[in-house]
Amino acid sequence: MTAPPRSLFDKVWDAHVVTTRPDGQALLAIDRHFLHEGSFHAFGMIDHAGRKVRRPELTFTVADHYVPSHARSQPIADPEIANMVTLLDANAARHGLRHFGLHDPAQGIVHVLAPEQGLTLPGLTIVCGDSHTSTHGAFGALAFGIGATEVSHVLATQTLWQRRPKTMRVTIDGTLGPHVTAKDLILAVIAAIGADGAAGHVIEYAGSAIRGLSMEGRLTVCNMAIEAGARAGMIAPDDTTFAFVEGRPFAPKGALFDRAVAHWRGLPSEPGAVFDREVTLDAAAIAPTVTWGTSPETAVPVTAAVPDPGAEADPGRAGQMRKMLDYMGLAPGTPLEDVPIDRVFIGSCTNARLEDLRAAAAVLRGRRAVVPGLVVPGSVPVRRQAEAEGLDRVFADAGLEWGEPGCSMCVGINGDLVPPGQRCASTTNRNFPGRQGPNARTHLMSPAMAAAAAVTGRITDVRKLGGR
Amino acid sequence: MEPFVTLTAVAVPLDIANIDTDQLLPARFLKKPRSAGYGNFLFHDERKPGFPLDDPAYAGARVLVADRNFGCGSSREGAVYALVDGGFRCVVAPSFGDIFAANAAKNGLLTITLPDDAVAALRRRLQRTPGATVTVDLPAQTLTDPDGAVLPFAIDPFKKDGLIAGLDDVALTLQQQDAIDAFDRADAEARHWLVPAGP
Repeated sequence: MTAPPRSLFDKVWDAHVVTTRPDGQALLAIDRHFLHEGSFHAFGMIDHAGRKVRRPELTFTVADHYVPSHARSQPIADPEIANMVTLLDANAARHGLRHFGLHDPAQGIVHVLAPEQGLTLPGLTIVCGDSHTSTHGAFGALAFGIGATEVSHVLATQTLWQRRPKTMRVTIDGTLGPHVTAKDLILAVIAAIGADGAAGHVIEYAGSAIRGLSMEGRLTVCNMAIEAGARAGMIAPDDTTFAFVEGRPFAPKGALFDRAVAHWRGLPSEPGAVFDREVTLDAAAIAPTVTWGTSPETAVPVTAAVPDPGAEADPGRAGQMRKMLDYMGLAPGTPLEDVPIDRVFIGSCTNARLEDLRAAAAVLRGRRAVVPGLVVPGSVPVRRQAEAEGLDRVFADAGLEWGEPGCSMCVGINGDLVPPGQRCASTTNRNFPGRQGPNARTHLMSPAMAAAAAVTGRITDVRKLGGR
Repeated sequence: MEPFVTLTAVAVPLDIANIDTDQLLPARFLKKPRSAGYGNFLFHDERKPGFPLDDPAYAGARVLVADRNFGCGSSREGAVYALVDGGFRCVVAPSFGDIFAANAAKNGLLTITLPDDAVAALRRRLQRTPGATVTVDLPAQTLTDPDGAVLPFAIDPFKKDGLIAGLDDVALTLQQQDAIDAFDRADAEARHWLVPAGP
């Protein structure tokens, strides 16, 4: 009797189970633990209990959520924000952890930094007290966000109690059209399955459209798995993955790299592997996509109009739509391309990698933005490379600000906020009420689409504007 | 954390789907120490006229009956602290954000998942008689509505045991120390590249 075919998820999960209780809870070994400034609760918990970090060599701290986007040579003006950054410095130093602090030459958003530094590898289990940890699944790792108590548990034990999640395969075959990107693809997936469509599941993204994505694009797709409610998103590692990993500062080198690759080649799902749910999408049918409401599931093609709650049969759903339209200040039936915007933000763990900045710059080159905007690269290395390519000049010539790396206006806690009532074309991952600031209105879209909106001052189909 | 066994309390209905943890606890309060108490931050920016949590008819509510995908979004455990410090011990909804539900269990906040129509019916029932109470019996896995109708619910046995005992998982995990050590030794042999050498 042969073993049943296993999926990528099955293989990574099975390789990390330390023990399983009779009730089905598994104790999972954790290979990488990333922490940011928000981890102070968790450090407080282990300190209070008198516990130490069990595997400091697998634990990394990154300053990203609270770091300023401007004037890094100056002290941080807000004492509460400054305290968050220095508290992480102190916690990392006290526990002997490799710390990527405010002035580290590799500093950046943890989900940009870790892949870039070669800390993220195929087949690993990765956790972080941040829901967008799903990003790292782009390498074929099992990566998911956890809360402070679980962070303290991982610090103390390098393990986590988990129930084996269900699995969902999202297969996207075909070719994406011109100016249609990984961001449009994942927004279309979320619209198709809903903001809780993958709750309790780990998604494996498959199909020729996924295979054709760069690592940057795959990171964008896995980043937003959480916006469909998924525990994690994963993509099978392949030659694109291995080529990205090779030579990164913390990646295995020489013969060790070759042995790792040989191991990683055994990770992809086997033919006949069974998933609890299968979803398929046609890449060619995906248009540049934007959201109209306050949930990422309100993603529609840019060519669409704001939907009418009056046409919604379910009264509960209609009520939710009215509430969202009221918050967003939109009238039913308005073509999305007629919606004016007040500012743009290009950045975040979703879309602040070099490919994203290049796509935005391709639209902005030789053009002027008619609204204010901020471009925040995902890491210091991304910033340096963008400057080497002259992208910072393109943004500056267009009239946009060029910031220092961090989470910035995506989460609105470092001081970068969308003013109340203003409408922001944003490359981030969440359009929740108040996410970018109290009463801020967020429309999610790709970097190229945000750049197009900056040029026209309204939501714009980048295909009509074109690159230059 | 405070153990959860049974609870009879006022339940407040909230007819809003996709309540994310940014709404439960706006990000600007994340830097506050827990000792400050998070109760005043709960739904801070949603406290507009007519918001059910501010309706005196629901005063003292300890159960929240919400709509689908409650607690989606950010992994911030502070969203759970805000509910707990705000007096809540139980949230009933058709579905929850996975991370929120995990965080809740670690802090003595019971999440009960029931079918969409059952939760919608319960919300309507509570709206008809604001201030009505429900009873939750965790060992029996039942929720009793204001009319005495009993709704059984499913819960992960691990989560159930933890809530009833009010125990810290780390103590439980440390009982597996030998198994963890053995796993680490075998894994270090199988994957020599696990520990990064550094640049």
